Amino acid sequence: MSRVLIIAQHGDGSLNPATAKTLFGAKGLRVDDIDVAVFAEDAGEVAAQAAKLDGVTRVIKLEHPDFAHPTAARLAPEIAALAGNYSHVLGPSTTFGRDLMPRAAALIGVGQVSDVQEVLDSHTFKRPIYAGNAIVTVKAPADRPVIATIRAASFSAAGEGESACEIISREPTAEDPGHTRFIDLETGGGEGPDLQTADRVVSGGRAVGSSEGFETIYSFAKKLGAAVGASRAAVDAGYVPNELQVGQTGKIIAPELYFAIGISGAIQHLTGIKDAGTIVAINKDAEAPIFEIADYGLVGDLFEILPELEKLI
Amino acid sequence: MPRQVGAWRRPLRERGAFAGAGPFFMQDWLQWDVFETQEPNTMKILVPIKRVVDYNVRVKVKSDGSGVETEGVKMSINPFDEIALEEALRIKEAGNAEEVVVCSIGGKDCQQQLRTGLAMGADRALHVTTDEAVQPLAAARILLELIEKEGPEIVFLGKQAIDDDNSQTGQMLAALWERPQATFASKVELADGKATITREVDAGLERLEVDLPAVLTSDLRLNEPRFVKLPDIMKAKRKQLDEIALDELDVDAGAQLEVTAYEPPPTRSGGRILESARELVDELKNKGLL
Repeated sequence: MSRVLIIAQHGDGSLNPATAKTLFGAKGLRVDDIDVAVFAEDAGEVAAQAAKLDGVTRVIKLEHPDFAHPTAARLAPEIAALAGNYSHVLGPSTTFGRDLMPRAAALIGVGQVSDVQEVLDSHTFKRPIYAGNAIVTVKAPADRPVIATIRAASFSAAGEGESACEIISREPTAEDPGHTRFIDLETGGGEGPDLQTADRVVSGGRAVGSSEGFETIYSFAKKLGAAVGASRAAVDAGYVPNELQVGQTGKIIAPELYFAIGISGAIQHLTGIKDAGTIVAINKDAEAPIFEIADYGLVGDLFEILPELEKLI
Repeated sequence: MPRQVGAWRRPLRERGAFAGAGPFFMQDWLQWDVFETQEPNTMKILVPIKRVVDYNVRVKVKSDGSGVETEGVKMSINPFDEIALEEALRIKEAGNAEEVVVCSIGGKDCQQQLRTGLAMGADRALHVTTDEAVQPLAAARILLELIEKEGPEIVFLGKQAIDDDNSQTGQMLAALWERPQATFASKVELADGKATITREVDAGLERLEVDLPAVLTSDLRLNEPRFVKLPDIMKAKRKQLDEIALDELDVDAGAQLEVTAYEPPPTRSGGRILESARELVDELKNKGLL
């Protein structure tokens, strides 16, 4: 029995792109059945989007008012209840999946494979440790369900198939434990593409110097159609909100084109971008470690170079 | 010498249950303590800490692929655990907790990190001794045993350890304990047996309210841990550190996953330093990126 269940991530009525990437990773398991579970108050739209993805066997809708802003404590028992029918349960390695999946794994009584970056066979995976300074191969036991999170940056997104698969409804089986309550979510209200999945990303570092300085980054990114990211130093300094942080403890991304602007290139930052296609670094300091991994480098003042680039493209 | 098991401190309310058995003056004192003080603060915070290769060390895979080089490498408290401990200490210093207990699981060497935790200000330490590597689910099961002995209101962990980067133990512990979890915390507010936690999530900042007891895990921006001062290091040597052999706990601590190989990551070789913005634009256009 080899069947995969993917826990869909979604927000504002649309499927998070991390779900399509998790699906792409799941296809590497070479199994016939891949189901996608959508937990939502009203799952209609998201389920329809998931049903179109290439490779999905069926979409399972689980609808309940509790799932408007579901907590890990509410969802984990639902996942554990579904898991009995599957050989694998996968979630995206986003804050949603990282919060939820270990809680489900513990209820099922198995370990979790976090941040899968490569699928070798149905039970053998590669994943990064030590901020990506080492890669381990881990083998999950063959007689237990495999619970894993899939590192979105390591996989492309599954495309849409020729026709939509069936969508079925299931009743939730667990109850709200009542001890964990969602209050609110404050988003940066960022314009432009989603950082996690954008093809182009422009990140600024400490050398950008201020929130006002970041206007130069935003302006260049807008011209390029790119998402804006930042190093930990820039976030810690308060130039930009935390959700823009790229690196070991922020977002791990893999855009086709990455601009590192005024970023020196600490190992923790490099971990977040090492799967990027082409890396361009712009920095005053010719000795900055970022130049050791960048495909193209420009040494100079970012406030002179960026406006010039903006005119040229 | 570390004290052996059996020296577990009982929570105040539990000690109250023995009042009738004690000498008269003892009973008197306990009754006053438990019943006449306004809401005695009995909140205990348990902070599990992991000994890891220091944040600043650039880790290398051994040439035979059997693991990473840890010989002669500087070891520290996992930075996220240090942040969790700092927050626990601040909660106590604000008068919202009575005791902060640090614990660790591993070989003799982890006592260095427990002593550092004591020097930061933790009241006492628990060391679950084992020479085997402990994976997150096993760690969660062991911590659950400690919870049953200690009765903490908050278990505060780091959001991930910077060695295995798993980010699992806190969530697994919360599941086994059947209590709330609030992971990736960047702000903690306590009131009336509840905690309001601001969490760093991909979309921004989420706030959750959880009933205590609960498991919290710290994110980077929660606080900046204090530096340890020399007199505190001296003082820490006299603080209580209890050892518990893992075998004495009734826990299945076996490995769930088998690690079969370690390898260095593929390296990105550096490219070229260009002379002008024009040259960069031409290069990117040639590659079809613009």
